[in-house]
Amino acid sequence: MSVIIQKPSNIKTSEITPKSVYLDRRKFMQQAIASSLLLSVDAMLPAWAKKWPNLKQSTYSTDDTVNSFEDITTYNNFYEFGTGKTDPHKNAKDFNPHPWSITVEGECAKPGTFNLEDFIKPGVLEDRIYRLRCVEGWSMVIPWVGFSLADMLKKFEPTSKAKYVEFTTLLDKSRMPGQQRRVLNWPYVEGLRIDEAMNELPIMAVGLYGEALPNQNGAPIRLVVPWKYGFKSIKSIVKIRFTETQPQTTWNLTGPSEYGFYSNVNPEVDHPRWSQKKERIIGRPFWEPKRDTQMFNGYAEQVAHLYNGMDLKKYF
Amino acid sequence: MQNPSNKQISFIVKPALFILCLVPFALLVLDAVNNNLGTNPVETLTHETGEWALRFLLITLAVTPVRRLMSAPWLIKLRRMLGLFVFFYALLHFTTYIWLDQFFDWQEILLDIPKRPFITIGFVSFVLLVPLVITSTSAMQRRLKKKWITIHKLVYVIPVLVVIHFIWSLKADYSEPIVYALIFSGLMLVRVYYSRKKASKV
Repeated sequence: MSVIIQKPSNIKTSEITPKSVYLDRRKFMQQAIASSLLLSVDAMLPAWAKKWPNLKQSTYSTDDTVNSFEDITTYNNFYEFGTGKTDPHKNAKDFNPHPWSITVEGECAKPGTFNLEDFIKPGVLEDRIYRLRCVEGWSMVIPWVGFSLADMLKKFEPTSKAKYVEFTTLLDKSRMPGQQRRVLNWPYVEGLRIDEAMNELPIMAVGLYGEALPNQNGAPIRLVVPWKYGFKSIKSIVKIRFTETQPQTTWNLTGPSEYGFYSNVNPEVDHPRWSQKKERIIGRPFWEPKRDTQMFNGYAEQVAHLYNGMDLKKYF
Repeated sequence: MQNPSNKQISFIVKPALFILCLVPFALLVLDAVNNNLGTNPVETLTHETGEWALRFLLITLAVTPVRRLMSAPWLIKLRRMLGLFVFFYALLHFTTYIWLDQFFDWQEILLDIPKRPFITIGFVSFVLLVPLVITSTSAMQRRLKKKWITIHKLVYVIPVLVVIHFIWSLKADYSEPIVYALIFSGLMLVRVYYSRKKASKV
């Protein structure tokens, strides 16, 4: 039985589901009788081609207006596929994220190499609509499909020596043509303090708008840390390492005075070359003014306590 | 190639060039009206207007080298129009910043300009264009004589500032401003070559 999977680029703007309809459809699907036939067909698809129509909506989802599928998938910073905003959409078409495995190593009791499918078990995935704020000064609202990072990391039993978690993106110039230019030190590396990683907010996202991640959004699996600038939400992850010392993150290596390890969204701490007081909301008409940046991107309730007593101007 | 007559230059070449120089602006307006400015329209407008200002700057600087290479001295008559279009696009770029980016928040703008080097140098480049525009008329040229030449040497300084402004607006990929820097260097080298040639003939 053949199933035609639409490439995101073939989807017309008129076909994009408004959020209200999208949420109503989810409710309907959750209430509808799941036919066993549908489930078995679904199981036959490889991980990267999956659709997830029956997911629960997370309590951490925001009510903010969700951006269109077109905006989310055609305006990306993913230098592995080119440095222009529309480059990843154009250049990642041939990227095949399957099969995919993730190596877990470092200060933990249960390291190993795992297939992506090992993490996508039934009941684990949920919808999380998160704000994403780029360090450049624009923001979007994205309906991710993912699972809690904390739940995943706990399975590897990090030891008391694990003070940080380091993530690494795939390094493969033939599959990621942007890596042929040394605009950044490849492979892309990011990291979190262990308590940040174990917070309830960060997720490993495997999809958006109820379907598997388009390549340009970090297929097949990426991190989403909604209270930090977007470059911390590392894409196409192949390695996770528990470390004792703070990881050397790629943007921090590129510009140590401009891109800090923490990079919490903070209107009071400017980038040396531009202000972070305001942000451009993608999707609003261009003649509308920018909006004020929110501390921790509006997630202070869940994460402010992680930084009690820390000078956030020093630890930017 | 036969040189066009003064009448042909005034009534055919110049109007045609004027229309040509407005094409980038017309295309931007069309894109704005058709919602074709991409996902971040203000970013697109800022970038496009800035880039065209820089391109016209380099085109203006290319007039004399091309004049000499093609032995077409009449091209100098087109240079003023090209120079004024530099200011036209720079003004659009500056207006996009003041209006669509900052929404006339003068307090923020006045804080931004001295505090952020990338804005400072952009603002200085724009301000340095003003004396060039004011003294662009033939009457001014006649009145100022040698001083006019001194003022207009600013056109060698402004591209350097603009390229630095461009570099400082980027995060990591400097390939675009580097290309413009190379073109500017090339244009300067041609002038050096010709001035050496002239000096050796004396």
